[in-house]
Amino acid sequence: MKFQLLALSAAVAISASATAADLKPAVVFDMGGKFDKSFNEGVYNGVERFRKETGIKYKEFEVTNPAQREQAVRKMAQRKADPVISVGFAQASAVEKASKAYPDTRFTIIDMVVDQPNVQSVVFKEQEGSFLVGMLAAMKSESKVVSFVGGMDIPLIRRFNCGYVQGAKYAVSNAEVISNMTGTTPSAWNDPGKGGELAKSQFDRGSDVVFAAAGATGAGVYQAAKDAGKFAIGVDSNQNHLHPGTMLTSMTKQVDIAAYNSFKAAQDGSWKPGINVLGLAEGGVDWALDEHNKDLITPEMKAAVEQAKADIIAGKIVVHDYMADNTCPAMN
Amino acid sequence: MSNRTLPAWIDIGLIPLINICLAFIVSAGIIMLIGESPVEAVQVMLFGAFGYGEGIGYTLYYATNFIFTGLAVAVAFHAGLFNIGGEGQAYLGGLGVGLVCLMLDSWLPWWALLPFAIVAGGLFGAAWAYIPAYLQAYRGSHIVITTIMFNFIASALMVYLLVNVLIEPGSMSPQTRSIAEGATLPYMYQVFAAFGIEIEQSPLNVSLILALLACVLVWLLIWHTRWGYAIRMIGFNEKAAVYSGINTRRTIVISMCISGALAAMVGINEVMGAQQRVLLEFVAGAGFTGIAVSLMGRNHPLGIIAASVLFGALYQGGAELSFEISTITRDLVVVIQGLVILFCGALAYMLKPTLEKLFLRYTLSKATRQDSLKEEAQS
Repeated sequence: MKFQLLALSAAVAISASATAADLKPAVVFDMGGKFDKSFNEGVYNGVERFRKETGIKYKEFEVTNPAQREQAVRKMAQRKADPVISVGFAQASAVEKASKAYPDTRFTIIDMVVDQPNVQSVVFKEQEGSFLVGMLAAMKSESKVVSFVGGMDIPLIRRFNCGYVQGAKYAVSNAEVISNMTGTTPSAWNDPGKGGELAKSQFDRGSDVVFAAAGATGAGVYQAAKDAGKFAIGVDSNQNHLHPGTMLTSMTKQVDIAAYNSFKAAQDGSWKPGINVLGLAEGGVDWALDEHNKDLITPEMKAAVEQAKADIIAGKIVVHDYMADNTCPAMN
Repeated sequence: MSNRTLPAWIDIGLIPLINICLAFIVSAGIIMLIGESPVEAVQVMLFGAFGYGEGIGYTLYYATNFIFTGLAVAVAFHAGLFNIGGEGQAYLGGLGVGLVCLMLDSWLPWWALLPFAIVAGGLFGAAWAYIPAYLQAYRGSHIVITTIMFNFIASALMVYLLVNVLIEPGSMSPQTRSIAEGATLPYMYQVFAAFGIEIEQSPLNVSLILALLACVLVWLLIWHTRWGYAIRMIGFNEKAAVYSGINTRRTIVISMCISGALAAMVGINEVMGAQQRVLLEFVAGAGFTGIAVSLMGRNHPLGIIAASVLFGALYQGGAELSFEISTITRDLVVVIQGLVILFCGALAYMLKPTLEKLFLRYTLSKATRQDSLKEEAQS
């Protein structure tokens, strides 16, 4: 028995080291860069965790213009990298072409669906998480006016916005939501100054809770909320620790876990192609409750949000997805 | 134009070469600071840009964009106008190209579609340059300010259109549908394959030929037409141009429209060629790089071609560098590109006085030596 166990563990060790030597994972970050304090950085954190845990190094590239996406994804496959994580919806056509040209390479694309036999697509239901934080915002608000600061004005951010509005109106039917986008160029992801100004103008118009889905721009929004004594809601990762007392909660989107899982699954052989839709039910999006904001959330608020969460998972509440038809009925 | 003390080969050959070398020496210092070997970095960069088929393809593909935007800046510059708006004009030009392609792609093959796309893109780009040009010529609003502002307006407009109007229904990303297969410009590897020559895949397409053609046309326009004469005269001395009966306002507007139309040809390369659809930010800074290209190329088509290839190589070699050496991030690549722009653009004339002195001393000493030789011979 002992001998068997020993042999088994030896065999496991051998196979593990064999896969460790064979696995050559790679990441292609998008134009925001791996330190964008948001989406790309989430992926970076996930793959870094994988590297630290397993000691397997990964190859990485940050694209700087649209033409480099396909070049980089292809090149990763050429160099026998496997699996290759592609970050962001913009890389879809690059992954589609590369996955056809390199059918033996496994690709994972985050935030977009690519229908190929060797591609795993990971998408999130941001509208569901935004719905929950929208509810919290409206319940916390005394003026019953809450607001939203988006980063760059693209459908994905409107999806956040639309979910937030629905949640606010679900919790408090006469709640008013002020929405602003920081800009129309990628610099809108990294403009804390303007984010702060937008938040201040929203406070002037009566808002007392602001949700920022704006990458690094959010830092300015949170600071403005702190200065004005209002509440703010973080996004993507749990940002509750940034300004305890100001940060009401965060809408978390677990891109790091998605990235980590892709590498991990490739390592232990359970990697599967297909579509992974990560909503509330799968834990892909959620609202954050920790020691930094537990004093701000009353038991009634928590109960209402948890009830809504259960209802969404059960299908009793259907949160409209802006990107399904490019409209948001709740905002009209 | 008092610089006739130096022969042309020093002025347009040696000085830029020394400047590039200086930029690379400083870059090498930075690369050493982060603990990498500069020799290896240069090797990777050169090999990435020129060492193999795909690399050359990407270098020339970037160069195609830079030739268009470089020419655009040059034409305006000859009229004494600093067109910073190449980015926006190219963006709008791409919209024109895209609209025509999306409208007609099921009817026409690419070669029949191309003239329409060029005209539409050119008109869109020219129209985008027309407004700042009009404001400059007739209202005195400074062209630098207005063209910069128009870049932002173009960006906002394109986001609006792509997010709300032109987006492919059901698509996640704000971009139009793909242009039908037969209606896009053939890639160079396809063209070569038709002749039985196999080269590696890259986004390089036949718009490179269009770019070279545009160089010839600009050369003809600036140095061999009445318009070009008027444009250059305004650039040298606007008051003298007025005095000699040139309609400066009209000429300013015309040269800006030509400039905008040239920048718009980036849309041919990107929308009809490389990306095969209109998408956000497809210009990717080519409009701004065009300024550096034009400065470095001394606003002459031949110089612009050379500078475009250099910048294409920097872009492609830089990408290769950050791909191969993980400690060299894309930000460091931007630093290297910035140093090249700094030394070749802003500090272009830094070494000129020194070189002039050296050259004068050399020629003088040669002349006196020859004189003394002659005297010796006579005595």
